Amino acid sequence: MSVSLSSTEAPRRWRIGYRISPVGAVAFLVILAWAVVAVIAPLIAPHPVGEIVDFDFFQPMSAAYPMGTDYLGRDVLSRILFGARYTVGISLASVAIACFCGVTLGMAAAVIGGFFDAALSRFLDALISIPSKIMALVLVAAVGSSMPVLILTLAVIYTPGSYRFARALAVNVNAMDYVTVARVRGERLGHLIRAEILPGIIGPVLADLGLRFVFIVLLLSSMSFLGLGVQPPNADWGALVKENIGGLSLAAPAVIFPLIAIASLTISVNLLIDNLPQKIRDRSAA
Amino acid sequence: MNSLILRMVAGRLVVALVTLLIVAVVIFFATALLPGDVVQILLGQAATPEAVKGLRTAMHLDQPAALRFLLWLKNLATGDLGVSYVNNIPVAELIGNRLGNSLKLAAVTAAISVPVALTLGVTAAILRGTLVDRMIAVFTIAVISVPEFLVATLAVIVFAVTLGWLPALSMTGDVTTISGLLKAFAMPVITLSFVISAQMIRMSRAAVIETLNAPYVEMALLKGASRRRMVLRHALPNALGPIVNAVALSLSYLLGGVIIVETIFNYPGIAKLMLDAVSTRDLPLIQGCAMIFCLAYLLLITIADIVTIVSNPRLRHA
Amino acid sequence: MTRLVEVRDLRIEARTDAGRIVEIIRGVSFDIDEGEIVALIGESGSGKTTIALDLMGYTRPGCRVTGGTVTLDGVEMGALPESRRATMRGSLVSYVPQSAAAAFNPAHTIMDQVVEVVQIHGSMPVAEARTRAVGLFRALALPNPDTIGDRYPHQVSGGQLQRLSAAMALIGNPKLVIFDEPTTALDVTTQVEVLRAFKSVMRQGGIAGVYVSHDLAVVAQIADRIIVLRHGEIQEEGRTADILERPQHAYTRQLLAAFRPGAAPRPPRIDQDDAPLLEVRGIVAGYGKADAEGLPPIRILKDVSLSLARGRNLGIVGESGCGKSTLARVIAGILPAARGEIVLDGRTLAPDFRQRRREDLRDLQIVFQSADTALNPRQSISEILGRPLAFYHGMGGRAREARVDQLLDMVRLPRALRHRRPGELSGGQKQRINLARALAADAKLILCDEITSALDTVVAAAIIDLLKELQRELSLSYLFISHDIETVRAICDEVVVMYKGAKVEQLRPDVNDGQPTQPYSRLLFSSVPQLRTGWLDGLAQDPELTRAFAQR
Repeated sequence: MSVSLSSTEAPRRWRIGYRISPVGAVAFLVILAWAVVAVIAPLIAPHPVGEIVDFDFFQPMSAAYPMGTDYLGRDVLSRILFGARYTVGISLASVAIACFCGVTLGMAAAVIGGFFDAALSRFLDALISIPSKIMALVLVAAVGSSMPVLILTLAVIYTPGSYRFARALAVNVNAMDYVTVARVRGERLGHLIRAEILPGIIGPVLADLGLRFVFIVLLLSSMSFLGLGVQPPNADWGALVKENIGGLSLAAPAVIFPLIAIASLTISVNLLIDNLPQKIRDRSAA
Repeated sequence: MNSLILRMVAGRLVVALVTLLIVAVVIFFATALLPGDVVQILLGQAATPEAVKGLRTAMHLDQPAALRFLLWLKNLATGDLGVSYVNNIPVAELIGNRLGNSLKLAAVTAAISVPVALTLGVTAAILRGTLVDRMIAVFTIAVISVPEFLVATLAVIVFAVTLGWLPALSMTGDVTTISGLLKAFAMPVITLSFVISAQMIRMSRAAVIETLNAPYVEMALLKGASRRRMVLRHALPNALGPIVNAVALSLSYLLGGVIIVETIFNYPGIAKLMLDAVSTRDLPLIQGCAMIFCLAYLLLITIADIVTIVSNPRLRHA
Repeated sequence: MTRLVEVRDLRIEARTDAGRIVEIIRGVSFDIDEGEIVALIGESGSGKTTIALDLMGYTRPGCRVTGGTVTLDGVEMGALPESRRATMRGSLVSYVPQSAAAAFNPAHTIMDQVVEVVQIHGSMPVAEARTRAVGLFRALALPNPDTIGDRYPHQVSGGQLQRLSAAMALIGNPKLVIFDEPTTALDVTTQVEVLRAFKSVMRQGGIAGVYVSHDLAVVAQIADRIIVLRHGEIQEEGRTADILERPQHAYTRQLLAAFRPGAAPRPPRIDQDDAPLLEVRGIVAGYGKADAEGLPPIRILKDVSLSLARGRNLGIVGESGCGKSTLARVIAGILPAARGEIVLDGRTLAPDFRQRRREDLRDLQIVFQSADTALNPRQSISEILGRPLAFYHGMGGRAREARVDQLLDMVRLPRALRHRRPGELSGGQKQRINLARALAADAKLILCDEITSALDTVVAAAIIDLLKELQRELSLSYLFISHDIETVRAICDEVVVMYKGAKVEQLRPDVNDGQPTQPYSRLLFSSVPQLRTGWLDGLAQDPELTRAFAQR
């Protein structure tokens, strides 16, 4: 069974004609739900995020506290709903910066070529050979972990990968005769990038953006888990796990539900991308 | 070995060296971004200006950054990683104690996960589209989608809390007996193996499928070859390079994974050391650990590249 | 003679990238007798390869047999399990692919891959198979037959690989060999030799064959019967001579007509003493870091000079690697020349297009071989044609729209196509858009780089007609580059023959009646297959000459 998106679309210009699998549709809905939660968290959270609602910590699930209480006796559900703001918000901001810089530089390097390309590629490739968590540790040790610093740190770490991906795609497109035709016509760099290269790589670039978003969510969560990410009293999902790790031996819901929250988001993004039509994912279909 | 291959391998080594140099620059100057004066932090607010000045000179902090970098690089090349700010012990000595532990962990993990993962990856490629392949796909996508600490906590809940087979979060330090060794290693190794196997399975499956789509495999089919023969004789020899690359890349995930795993399980490895250094802002120690990690990564990737070059029949029989 | 193959009402469907199911073979029936060679001929997408592969009980992934039967040597292939079919492949029926370079596994020696067939089927001891393989190498006129098997695929040339893949097909003593466009990727001088080798081993062994091709002239040399396919259906079937001389079906006549282009050179123009439109003097160009004298170490073009009179056309022919496409790129400034001078309309052009003036870029337009890569798949036709209008002529709004319509009229395409994207157009339509873009610049000279090579014969002939019409209407000149000598002669007054980066000679209609005089040119021209049976058998080429020039 598959759902076609093309039925209601106008016939020519915007014909999509792709089939989205049910798994992809469900994954998309989960992502959408988390995005909405991140925006409207204050409206739907049953308790204020820092309020100690019960002196009994690590409570099991109950009607009053659907996801139990945490190590201080706060409502876990409310904290997860607010945590979505940090996890989704920071990751989105970072991935947007990383991909904008990476893709722009990648296309420019592919079109300009020569020394500019060689030097930039060598430098950014070197950055890739610093494992992301090590890079994060070094940067956090150097400049701390306030929110803007965290966003920029994550963006810096994932820019080289985005650059390498976009450049590889752009090099393929750049070798196409239609780009040669445009060059020989006398077109400038801006036009070449905007009109000739970008439309040909946008599909895979967006899919890559999704994957990179997952990486960033994972790294942010890990940083927070290590106590180097989002700082108390604020907490993203990774920090929620860290706070409540003491409840692990009790298998408390306070440690399990933040884990489920992270997994539901990252697995959904991965599944959505895996179920995108080959046409979009394929790096050679330029 | 012909001269073409030697030239390419030499070129690859040069690239690795240049990369290492750039990495050193980045790590040195990233840590030099530290706001505030290290000396002030070290000596506390009550330090006299003379003491501060003296220590600054002793630490060469009054010299320009570029000069300090060259000095640091020179020391690095001779194996001198500097002295820890926090406890005045040479960084090399601190690292030396811990590196062995981390390497042991990595070796055991690799010894278990590489054969298992490659078998599963190749099997999934051969059985593409079948139930087995889909089950493996679901498992791998689930594991690569979640952070390492999730796998670790899940392992604790399953093996320690529910089944009660293994101790939860303690490193006994008793590695003299077999059972003690098993207990100390079991949880970290299980966690890391899951994480890197998932990567390796996905990548090796993709590598084999790519070669299975090659025209020469279709040609083998048209010669009457069995499926087994197509995979083992025609696809695998050509997938060797990509598979080695998959293994190397997956093993490089170990480098990130150990940070989480050593923390959760309180394992006395180099990653835990680095994390502690970050919390005390012990710059020489951070720099030293970061360089070790980057060196390990470069080593893996360079070896994989060289294997790819050497295993390419077009180059070998040029 | 007994029936070896019986195909009855074969139907195959395929799933497209968009997920639609289309029937690509629609009820095809034919027979092949033992020892008979039958050609399947048709344009791309006619289903000829799909049918040929199905004779081996194999359908490519994404395709599915939905009806009909294929009976091979009395056994119905469709009814067999895959393992039984595998025992027949290589032993009863075997396959020679279009690209042997891709079909040989780079990891094993040629001999290992040739004798693998008998190893799989256990039909003879390996040592015996090796001896037999060497015999086949010899019969296929391969050089060093005793040792060539020890090499790896990338160490021998394309023409040799093609013959080696025939040896691989023949070693299992099959009753039927399927040739899938086996000479399409080869140069004509090589093709002659490979065809000869195929023909002689097939005749000697009395082996039946299926020869899949789009090239009627090649097929005429080797096939006993021809089956003409189009859109998955048989259009016409008959003995080779009958098809060539007494075609019944309209499509067959169209195919034959496209093969005999009106080669009459147009009467020379009067404005002979005008300055030439394009003059190229002493061009040296290549790749790699320039040496002390400013010359590149890898030289693709070695001192090439030519000139093209206004309103005339110049053809450049030669085999792959002769430098003809590089010459086009040098003239266009994409690959700057290391030496030499390019003069267009009296103005000397800078070697690098980046340093050329906008008018120079406008006056000289280049049209590439594959419209698939020459048109941006993400832009609509009106965007593609509108851009040069805005760029060179500053046209905007309604004026540009009107001009786009005019351009579509000029290349004989309906105006409604302007909203489409290239992917929704046929190959011929795309190539017309490709041309229209060059016309949009109001170019004086159009460099046509193999513009008909990727097209089916009938479509290519129509493009050539269009070029001629356009030239009559506009004051245009073409520099027409192609490996296809017949096509070049159909449109060009003068023809330059190139070999290994140098000009061999320039054929002019007023000298020697336009016929070649140099040894290489004569070899090249005589190697072009002609559309009559027995041309290959009657072809007498000096073996010394062949050895000296053919790039085997």
